[in-house]
Amino acid sequence: MANRLIGANFTPPDIRAKVTGQAKYAEDFRADGMVFCRLLTSPMPHARVKSIDASEALAMDGVVGVLTAAEVPEIPSPRDPILTNTPHFLGEPILAVAAVDETTAQDAIGKIKLDLERLPFTVDPLRSLRPKGPDAREEGNVMIPREGVGRIKWTPEDFAEAGEGELPMGEPALEWSFGDVDAGFSNAKVVLDETFVTASNSHHSMEPRSAMAYWDNGKCYLYGSSQSQSFVHPGIARTIGIEPDKLVYVAENCGGGFGSKGGPYPLQVIPALMAKKIGRPVMMRISRAEEYFIGQARPGFQGRVKLGFREDGRVLAVDLYIVQENGPNAGFGDWTSAANAMSLVYTPEAMRFRGVSVLTNTPQRTAQRGPGQNQIAIAVEPLMDKAARALEIDPVVIRGVNAPGHDAKYGAEQGPITSAYQGEALDKGAERFGWRERRARSGTRRGSKVTGVGIGQAYHSAGSSGFDGLVRLTPEGKLHIHTGVGNLGTYSYASTSRVAAEILKCDWENCVIERGDSSRNLPWNFGQFGSNTSFTMTRTNFAAATDAVAKLKEIAALDLGGSPDDYDIADETVFRRSSPSRRMTYAKAAARAIELGGKFSGEEVDEDLNPLTKASAMAIAGKGLVGVAKDRIEKNGTVPALAVGFIEIELDLDTGKYEIVDYLGVADCGTVVHPQGLAAQIKSGAVMGFGLATLERHIYDPAWAIPHSVGLYQARPPSYLDVPLEMDSDAVDLPDPQNPVGAKGIGEPLMGCAGAALICAISDALGGHYFNRTPVVPDMVINAAAGRPQSHKPLQVNTD
Amino acid sequence: MTDPNDSFSLENCPPITAVSRREFIKSVIASGAIVSSVLYRPASVAGQSGARSGALERLISLNVNGKTRRVDALPQETLAMTLRYKLGLTGTKLGCDRSECGACTVMIDDVAHYSCSTLTHRMRGKEITTVEGVASETGELHPVQQAFMDELGPQCGFCTPGQVMTAVALLKDNPSPTREQARDAMAGNLCRCGAYDHYLNGVMRAAMEV
Repeated sequence: MANRLIGANFTPPDIRAKVTGQAKYAEDFRADGMVFCRLLTSPMPHARVKSIDASEALAMDGVVGVLTAAEVPEIPSPRDPILTNTPHFLGEPILAVAAVDETTAQDAIGKIKLDLERLPFTVDPLRSLRPKGPDAREEGNVMIPREGVGRIKWTPEDFAEAGEGELPMGEPALEWSFGDVDAGFSNAKVVLDETFVTASNSHHSMEPRSAMAYWDNGKCYLYGSSQSQSFVHPGIARTIGIEPDKLVYVAENCGGGFGSKGGPYPLQVIPALMAKKIGRPVMMRISRAEEYFIGQARPGFQGRVKLGFREDGRVLAVDLYIVQENGPNAGFGDWTSAANAMSLVYTPEAMRFRGVSVLTNTPQRTAQRGPGQNQIAIAVEPLMDKAARALEIDPVVIRGVNAPGHDAKYGAEQGPITSAYQGEALDKGAERFGWRERRARSGTRRGSKVTGVGIGQAYHSAGSSGFDGLVRLTPEGKLHIHTGVGNLGTYSYASTSRVAAEILKCDWENCVIERGDSSRNLPWNFGQFGSNTSFTMTRTNFAAATDAVAKLKEIAALDLGGSPDDYDIADETVFRRSSPSRRMTYAKAAARAIELGGKFSGEEVDEDLNPLTKASAMAIAGKGLVGVAKDRIEKNGTVPALAVGFIEIELDLDTGKYEIVDYLGVADCGTVVHPQGLAAQIKSGAVMGFGLATLERHIYDPAWAIPHSVGLYQARPPSYLDVPLEMDSDAVDLPDPQNPVGAKGIGEPLMGCAGAALICAISDALGGHYFNRTPVVPDMVINAAAGRPQSHKPLQVNTD
Repeated sequence: MTDPNDSFSLENCPPITAVSRREFIKSVIASGAIVSSVLYRPASVAGQSGARSGALERLISLNVNGKTRRVDALPQETLAMTLRYKLGLTGTKLGCDRSECGACTVMIDDVAHYSCSTLTHRMRGKEITTVEGVASETGELHPVQQAFMDELGPQCGFCTPGQVMTAVALLKDNPSPTREQARDAMAGNLCRCGAYDHYLNGVMRAAMEV
């Protein structure tokens, strides 16, 4: 059956509001009597609050209240707290002040007397690993997977063993391996042993994480900036200290999150708790400057990788060690994801991974688009080129030799995957980009400019299962598709909703998407993160629509005779196959569902549904034909999203600046659901990749742990002028067998592949100079071109 | 670290002088203008003290989207805050509040400006156009808005109002820009989603319509 909607472009329902300014973000909501709150944040990177004297502040005209860490629910350490009396990084919120206006609140903060005890701090993971190095937290200096904060110190011998500029490799917090790594290296024709650094960088979401909240009739109404909707609901309610049914969470639009607003981050509940305390609505506006402290960041790596290649370029063995800069709290598992990504993208015959995630007194870390996968892409892809040069193999060929197919295995456990078309993506891209012709131009000089070409690959897992779908056909003949996934801006909330319309053969014009506000009766869905939406939500909507189709057929059989199997659907009617005149419109069937009640109208639902879905189904029960089901479709293995980027640049050896001549991104995202949306993601994801590769980084004063990249202009995301004038995109467009419409997610690797391609092209233009460090900034290029030593030490982090 | 400059500063605001609170309300009624019910500075505070000689006239008539709007603006108040918190025009976004990102872009006399860094009191006699004012009164979208929809320009949408306003201002100044010229004109509007290619496609498509 040919698809009508899947694979076709459409106008997303929310886009008109975005171009007219009607789209509402958290700071656009108002409530009568609303006051403003501001945060008092730590002036020290690690300290203990000994006393707080807010009396003078509270006595000021217009000050309504102060909220301290002692008054808010305690989040189990070392997860990010709401407010804290033990700040672990400079800029961490200690308390909040509410006043009738922001200036009064800020003035009041100036009147608060805070007595702080300084504690040891560090901004350099390797320093913390030294025998007597400082600990970022009193209870330890590393995050041990599944255990929490621990303490690991390396011996002087560990440090002495490493050669100049090489990463020392002492006791890891985690180690795994498969295959015979030693044999792999001894059989290798070329072995590389490389130390590398990838910088931490901020998320730079255009919308700061402002939030507004009020209480009414025992319920908390919270307007937040969130990528996710249903998935974060219980966590936010728990953080506030209420039951989920006492929270109304509104997240219609999210002005960018890139991972930093994927989960129930605690900061957003401050206005809710303040509003509860003072009995007035509270707006908490977060500034751009504050975003650089409390807006989260991607962890940086200090890594070392040994790669063994056969003569034909096949990767025989990988030995990877990653020291991650974790920030002060729980952080994120980039380091382990990086290793898993390597195991899939290069399908090594043997691999060992060791690593340790070290706590530092720098901003909280969380997932940023391709967490770990994209750092390892920009670190290792250039090394594939280095090996290709040594083996005299084309960069496309060495990647093709190692490219994962459907039988590739994933991670430490070497588990199965659902599909992989990386070889197809490489071939399709090389053909479309004219790789062979462009490669022939590599090294061409034009004045001070040199042509360079590059390829980059990246991976991220791209799908989950087991969530719920909810749809409703109304007596007016409308299909309401309830989606609780969230609205990050990819329009995947809408493109995946179209699966329900596809299965029910409904006109898209007759569909209404219910979303953006928990009071709109949304099902239990996964968060909008991890490139999962296209896979996960097509399944839930397929499940709900399939349930609705079954109910339509049952109702028709009840009224028109025969058995449900005798019926089919078309043109928003259910009809008897043997005598198509025996038919019933969806509108009529919906009216009959209301009369029949029970399962037909949502009054009885499956026991295996999530309580949140059950509550939503109950709320719409009796208002139409309700299709509601849990996604029980088989899923066996990791769902890979894979991407390849092809790039041509001109590198100016005098200025160190590059100009991107052309870029092509190719996606393996299974069947393409929304071509225009995919094209937008491929190209815009590449823009973020260019930033990761050559622009963005944290910079700290190591003496005081004061950050210096705290503005868009300092640690800066790419602008129009940093990207090519035009960009190109393509997709393999072959189905994943474990998705009912063949779809997989794709968002994250589209960034990593582009960043990696750009680094490869810069190295190519320099005739094979490999920096082993990102971002590659102009002075590094100038030094390399002039044969001068770099101004940084190889393992230096958080510096310019 | 919190910088006091991050917050919207309302310090030392002089009170209303020439116009009493009663007259102010009367003038608002007479002009037909509606001031947003949410004041980030409560009226009781704004009008609490008596006249202070030599203080700035805080009441100002603004021409916004073709309508005259009377507002009580503090001397240091930025246009973005006036639009968002006094006139209810929340389409203008604050992404940085310090001239870095362009999310707050509006047109002042048909030229794109960052409203976060424009003082409201300098807007006397100027024509201000916000994203809410570029579609026709009947709701027909401006060609830039339509083209941004057709080309799927916006992603998260937070920078979109600013992108729209810069593009509209560009096409008023240069109805047929080259792609390079369009890119240069748009360069002051950051998009973290990175949707530059699709926005530029939109500008070029709109240029064919205007």
